Amino acid sequence: MYKQTVRRRRAVLGLLVALSLILLTAYFGESAGGGLHALQRGVLQVLSPIQEGANRALKPFRDLAGWFGDTLHARDQRDKLRKQVRSLRTEAIGGQSAVRENVQLKGLLRLDRSASLTTYHPVSARVIGRSPTVWYQTLNIDRGSSSGVRVDQPVVDGDGLVGKVTSVTGGVAQVTLITDHTSGVSAKVADTGVNGIVQPAVGNPNDLLLDFVSAKNRVVKGEAIVTAGSRANKLESLFPPGIPIGSVTKVDAQEVNLFQRVHVTPYADLRTIDFVQVLTRPAGGG
Amino acid sequence: MSDSAQMTLRLAILGLVAVIVQIAAVSQVSIFGVSADLAPLVVMSVGLLAGSIPGALMGFGMGLLVDSALVETLGVSSLIYIAIGYGAGRLRELRDPAHTLTPIAVGAAATAVAGLGFSVIQFLLGVDAPVSWLLVRDILVTVAVNTIIALPVYSVVRRLLMPLLPDDPRRRRRRAYTTGGLSPISRA
Repeated sequence: MYKQTVRRRRAVLGLLVALSLILLTAYFGESAGGGLHALQRGVLQVLSPIQEGANRALKPFRDLAGWFGDTLHARDQRDKLRKQVRSLRTEAIGGQSAVRENVQLKGLLRLDRSASLTTYHPVSARVIGRSPTVWYQTLNIDRGSSSGVRVDQPVVDGDGLVGKVTSVTGGVAQVTLITDHTSGVSAKVADTGVNGIVQPAVGNPNDLLLDFVSAKNRVVKGEAIVTAGSRANKLESLFPPGIPIGSVTKVDAQEVNLFQRVHVTPYADLRTIDFVQVLTRPAGGG
Repeated sequence: MSDSAQMTLRLAILGLVAVIVQIAAVSQVSIFGVSADLAPLVVMSVGLLAGSIPGALMGFGMGLLVDSALVETLGVSSLIYIAIGYGAGRLRELRDPAHTLTPIAVGAAATAVAGLGFSVIQFLLGVDAPVSWLLVRDILVTVAVNTIIALPVYSVVRRLLMPLLPDDPRRRRRRAYTTGGLSPISRA
């Protein structure tokens, strides 16, 4: 009797582990249009209304829990922001004349293609789910293919770049954040135009790395990083140019390397986003 | 409805509700930069209360649901949660822990196993990104946060499953106390 119980227990364990490994291998090997992916999208489609309802119902509890954390950080942030306001005010006064010049030059050079994000037909969406692990930096949003959302479309919020759409069903889409380990965004330093690739530092959602920046180029703390948005005909970037990504916080000077690593703090607070915008069409696109 | 059918139904509802609450609420509350993870705690509680086979089955089902709801690599969470559910179940079967604080220790261990398990599997699957020490810090903070909520989660799971549990360690301990430490058989 005891032996039978042991055998049964081991058989169940072996079967479950084998099933998991088969699923993992099959899922990893198949394309995004494969059967398991389709099944997953089906489950997501079924769960999404429940998820959306729960998201709304549980918002007060979420806000209450978030309030404690926010209060702790509020004082520190207030002091930092006061300093920032003072320095930005000085910069803004100087910047106004630069903006006027910039508008005139753009008109002259016919660079109006890269105007505001409204030309990209943004679709607003509410965040209805979030991955709990540091390994998958993903969000689920309540807009899908029925709202014009497609895979690979850029996602932004009021502060800057958030990520891109990686999976879509009729009414829900999955957004992979710029802090996910699969993410890579071609970017440049706004002031100097120095190019690089923004990649995440896994495990720290508040740190991105601007890699492949030549050691010869000088990058300074506080500089803004924006999307480079290549406009070449064959390899057009997924992200439009000029979307703010973050600001430089630290530069690792590695004398022996050709490239330096620039640490960037994203402008968008990726842990607490409630609403995002999906840029559903390229500027001037049909 | 038979007891096993009722148990299956309750476990399925528990798993579904836990995953939805996790995704829609708990994951969106950041504590020191991380959020609590209910899934390993629920699976651990089921293992600790119902044994190794229900624990492993719950782990498999809940892992599948988490991976599907979040469109993540199917099978990764299942593999990790099976180990947690089975391990907690075996602990109950071999050691029969009856101390009130057992779920806290086992909850912390389950969360650590989940955090490390995810890391190992991600590396095996070929994550191509620099890993910072902050990853270790995040795992430790998640363990600390989950340790705090382990007992309430265990209590909720226990309350839900108690009517169907054949042999609950705490009830057994209470019975032993009220009978002067003697089992009903030896008294007779």
